[in-house]
Amino acid sequence: MPRITYEGIGYACDPGQTVLDCLTAQGIAVPSSCRTGVCQSCLMRALGGSVPEVAQAGLKPTLVAQGYFKACSCVPAEDLRVALPDAAGLKLAASVVSIEPLNPDIVAVRLRPERPLDYRAGQFIRLYRDAQQSRCYSLASVPHLEEDILEIHVRQIPGGKVSSWVHGQLRAGDAVEIADSAGQCFYVPGDPEQPLLLLGTGSGLAPLYGILRDALSQGHRGPVRLYHGSASPAGLYRTEQLQVIAATHPHFQYVPCISAGAVPSGMRQGNVLEAALADQPDMTSWRVFLCGHPDMVQEARLQVFLAGAASADIHADPFIPSGAPIAHQP
Amino acid sequence: MSLYEQIGGDAAVNAAVDIFYRKVLKDARINRFFTGVDMDRQAAKQKSFLTMAFGGPNNYSGLDMRRGHAHLVAQGLNDSHFDAVVENLGATLKELGVADALIAQVAAIAETTRNDVLGK
Repeated sequence: MPRITYEGIGYACDPGQTVLDCLTAQGIAVPSSCRTGVCQSCLMRALGGSVPEVAQAGLKPTLVAQGYFKACSCVPAEDLRVALPDAAGLKLAASVVSIEPLNPDIVAVRLRPERPLDYRAGQFIRLYRDAQQSRCYSLASVPHLEEDILEIHVRQIPGGKVSSWVHGQLRAGDAVEIADSAGQCFYVPGDPEQPLLLLGTGSGLAPLYGILRDALSQGHRGPVRLYHGSASPAGLYRTEQLQVIAATHPHFQYVPCISAGAVPSGMRQGNVLEAALADQPDMTSWRVFLCGHPDMVQEARLQVFLAGAASADIHADPFIPSGAPIAHQP
Repeated sequence: MSLYEQIGGDAAVNAAVDIFYRKVLKDARINRFFTGVDMDRQAAKQKSFLTMAFGGPNNYSGLDMRRGHAHLVAQGLNDSHFDAVVENLGATLKELGVADALIAQVAAIAETTRNDVLGK
């Protein structure tokens, strides 16, 4: 009889019993609703052991890749170690390798964690200023390209407790604490011809910069278009690197967009979403990654869906804008 | 063969969900009830609804329906909006080539939820 380990305690799962029924019978509160494998309310994550294919049917590839499964549809064939999806990641120590200004408001912080982090470009980590104050930042680094170095982009938020500390006090060589990676906004190989749209504003470029290089280095062959929006040219960054990538990858197109004031040649005038939709009015079959201001992300999700992108192909972490602080405390 | 199997089961639901949700979001009569929420969660909810309406496996109770829509009823959700959703459902199935007789059965199942959805 398979055993299900949850928060360090093993529970015997009766033959034919689902993970959901096994755990709820033990008084463990696992959210659920339809109990037929449709609504995805009962998502859990397998940390050890593998789950039957049917328990992952219909999930986004990004969720499958991280071991998420539907507890109501999972009759385990072998022992499993499981967690609820929002269980906080473990803290680990990291040292600051460098802090480099990217534009007047944004710095790139490179961190070396004490042990290699299992993550995908575009996911986010939590950076702690102290035990009480932390913020989530998306990863611009790519595991197989940057080895053990993590890179995040931190925008100075007026009055921001963590971003002000990063900009004003944090120095190379300092020791910090971070918490494990999370988030659904990353590249999954398997459909190398699919066109990719990467759309972001401000420090929302961080995850897109990671996703772009991850996709290209994994041999993505379909068109890849990155639209990075800013009010003024000074707000853009990594433009040279992106132009170099575009020059060496003919199927990649970099489109910087300026929404106010004078627009230098080679850049587009206007809103980043409008520019992308003007170029690609039909988004059917596109895979889309959205990062940046939450209002922009929400509007973009709606508009690219209405333009034909499948809901399973639209990737964004709506409640945690990349690079920006999130309101709640851990 | 059950209605659910005749329509095409889970594969039919997957084919229908984006088409249906897109129609609902483009429908000026009702889209205000569907915007401003997490689209992934919303798509999963649409999928649950379609599975139920197609006669597929579900455990939804009338109480779930009441609870799940009470905040929308407070915003003015009424019969005309319910009718519009059923209309979009029928148009979705039509687009997928489902026979009229089956569409009528789906509409009849959806109809059974009307009073609970509208909190009557």
